[in-house]
Amino acid sequence: MKKKWFAFLSFMLALSLLLVGCNSDRASKSGGNGTRLDIFSWWTGAGEEDGLKALIKLFKEKHPEVKVENAAVAGGAGTNAKAVLASRMQGNDPPATFQVHGGAELNDGWVAAGKMKPLNELYKEEGWNDKFPKELIDLVSKDGNIYSVPVNIHRGNVLWYNKRIFKDNGLKAPKTFAEFFKVADQLKAKGITPLALGDKEPWTATQLFEDVLLGTLGPDDYKKLWTKEVSFDDPKVKEAVKTFKKMLGYINKDHSSRNWQDASQLVGKGEAAMNIMGDWAKGYFVNDLKLKVNKDFGWVTTPGTQHSFMVITDTFGLPKGIKNEDDVMKFLSLLGSVEGQDTFNPLKGSIPARIDADPSKYDAYGRLTMKEFKKARITPSLAHGSAAPEGVVTKVNNAVNIFVTQQNEAQFIDALKTAASELK
Amino acid sequence: MEPKVKSAMQMKIQVRKKKTIVAKDRLFSFLFILPSILAIAIFVYGFIGWTGYVSLSNWNSQIPDFSFAGLKNYVSLFHDFRFQADLRNTAVFMILFIVLVLGMGLMIAVFLDQKIKFENLFRNIFFFPMALSFIVTGVVWQWILNPSTGVNLLMKKVGIEPMWYTSVKVIPGVEWGKIQVGIPIAVIAVVIAAVWQMTGFSVAMYLAGLRAIPDEVREAARMDGATEFQIFRKIIFPLLLPITISVIIIMAHISLKIFDLIYAMTGPGANFVTDVPGVYMFETTFRGNYYASGAAIAIIMLLSVAIFIVPYLLSNRKGES
Repeated sequence: MKKKWFAFLSFMLALSLLLVGCNSDRASKSGGNGTRLDIFSWWTGAGEEDGLKALIKLFKEKHPEVKVENAAVAGGAGTNAKAVLASRMQGNDPPATFQVHGGAELNDGWVAAGKMKPLNELYKEEGWNDKFPKELIDLVSKDGNIYSVPVNIHRGNVLWYNKRIFKDNGLKAPKTFAEFFKVADQLKAKGITPLALGDKEPWTATQLFEDVLLGTLGPDDYKKLWTKEVSFDDPKVKEAVKTFKKMLGYINKDHSSRNWQDASQLVGKGEAAMNIMGDWAKGYFVNDLKLKVNKDFGWVTTPGTQHSFMVITDTFGLPKGIKNEDDVMKFLSLLGSVEGQDTFNPLKGSIPARIDADPSKYDAYGRLTMKEFKKARITPSLAHGSAAPEGVVTKVNNAVNIFVTQQNEAQFIDALKTAASELK
Repeated sequence: MEPKVKSAMQMKIQVRKKKTIVAKDRLFSFLFILPSILAIAIFVYGFIGWTGYVSLSNWNSQIPDFSFAGLKNYVSLFHDFRFQADLRNTAVFMILFIVLVLGMGLMIAVFLDQKIKFENLFRNIFFFPMALSFIVTGVVWQWILNPSTGVNLLMKKVGIEPMWYTSVKVIPGVEWGKIQVGIPIAVIAVVIAAVWQMTGFSVAMYLAGLRAIPDEVREAARMDGATEFQIFRKIIFPLLLPITISVIIIMAHISLKIFDLIYAMTGPGANFVTDVPGVYMFETTFRGNYYASGAAIAIIMLLSVAIFIVPYLLSNRKGES
């Protein structure tokens, strides 16, 4: 009998331990002052991880009393991380602070869901209101409240080209659509693929389309698309769709089996002449392909977007319902400081979001881009979730993927209108 | 008389003891499976129910909204180009995959059953791909079949440039609904990879089945003057039928649920020629935050698998009782 009772008891004990086990992680985390500062991001790639680690190291030097945890989740373009974040937020277990793209991803997502706290006080205390471009602060604000701190800036409207191909053929980098098609025709006549595209993941084609939209509509009308002031059956949008379709006539045949790196590689290795990609491609050219800025590859803004800056910005905010708000504030004020931004960005290969950072820490591309960032109009990227909520982006991605093959303009406009009907 | 009575009484007591032991055994066995019953009830059936509930709601953004939407999510799915393409691709993939896995599995198993030399070696070679995960298979075959690498690079050297891996052609491509119905060429690439991985499984099953057929049966047939072909058709194939059905069921549910192979190898593909419900579900739910639509896709996937699994389970139960 004793034996059986013993077996039974140990079994119940095991069961209860199992159930408690699910909870023990939380219990240890919320232990008063010992609460860890978990910084949630998808920065696990080469340069970005170094940047994050340097940032955490700097923070630890300044605030040795705070326990920091790097809670990065690996996976392309943050898809996995966003899924993990969504379940943590919905389960009321938010990380202390997390990476989120400025714009709709923040405002129509977590802010609209009532999960974020405004940071107006922090901006006032730190005097940040004139240290970031106004249009950038607008991008992280909703109804007059600021909700996150931008750390870095990537530019989406960049056309990369192979310098040797352009020199050998006596070509100049195109600044307008007319010039682009002229150059492309000349290249095509010589049997060189004019434009490299890798849309195995459809966002790359969406990014190409948004750059064409910006180049055709200009920054003001482009921004109005996302506030529903300009409709998607506007004649200018139709013109942009036509231009986009024409561009697709110059791309590599195997585009659907390549990702963006594979497409950039075509330009890097001289198998294609141009590639339209965000400026993270510079990091790929320099670090992975060992190419030299301005020697092996050059860049211009995409046709017609000279005075615009398609911005992709990573920001961090303050979620509701966390126990260590003071620690998060300490971290955010470091993130927004010149020192913090200059620690992170040179390693990540992006430029700082502040306009008063030290240009000497950046390479030729970075210095020029920092200069342009101060003057240019800032426009939100659709492909990266700044212009519209993720739901709209997914629908546009689907529509673009179909359009690249079928090239049916009317159907594409219809699909865009359906997607845009979800805009708020 | 007395001893007899005593023994009868003793017997009665023993029986009673046995009964209580049986009852206790039942209690304990019940207690020991209780945790797994609970876990399955919550983590499998509970979540299936929850998914079904979400699929009938309006929860299509980051803000939960459980108001009742009826079958709205399902209706819009069936009007969706991408989902129609998914259904076509899954059907084509499933049929090609099952036919090839069965055919090649049987062929290799019969070949291995001929008491050849190095049988063990061959068996291991054929089984080995099974040890890999679909992700690995997907990455490797993507390298092999990609137009810019692998076999196509070799063929390019000879002057042939096959673009079938990225082809958007559907053969014969009859317009129906929003899509073209037929066999998308690009799906064949995925079928090759899947067949390469799963044939080992059907080889193992068939080999076990062949070994279970006693030699006497074949001998007897031979004595009666049956040809080798007749032996296969009239004796061996019918005896292998239960195994064939099991393999079909298992392969069907693998192909209906397939996600990782496609995700690693081709992605949704241009014009969604290689997209499947699993990939669509993932992107809808976790990229687009359309939780209700995603749940609806998941439920449709569950039902389609159930069409195969439930009759199989029912017939198995009948066979047992």
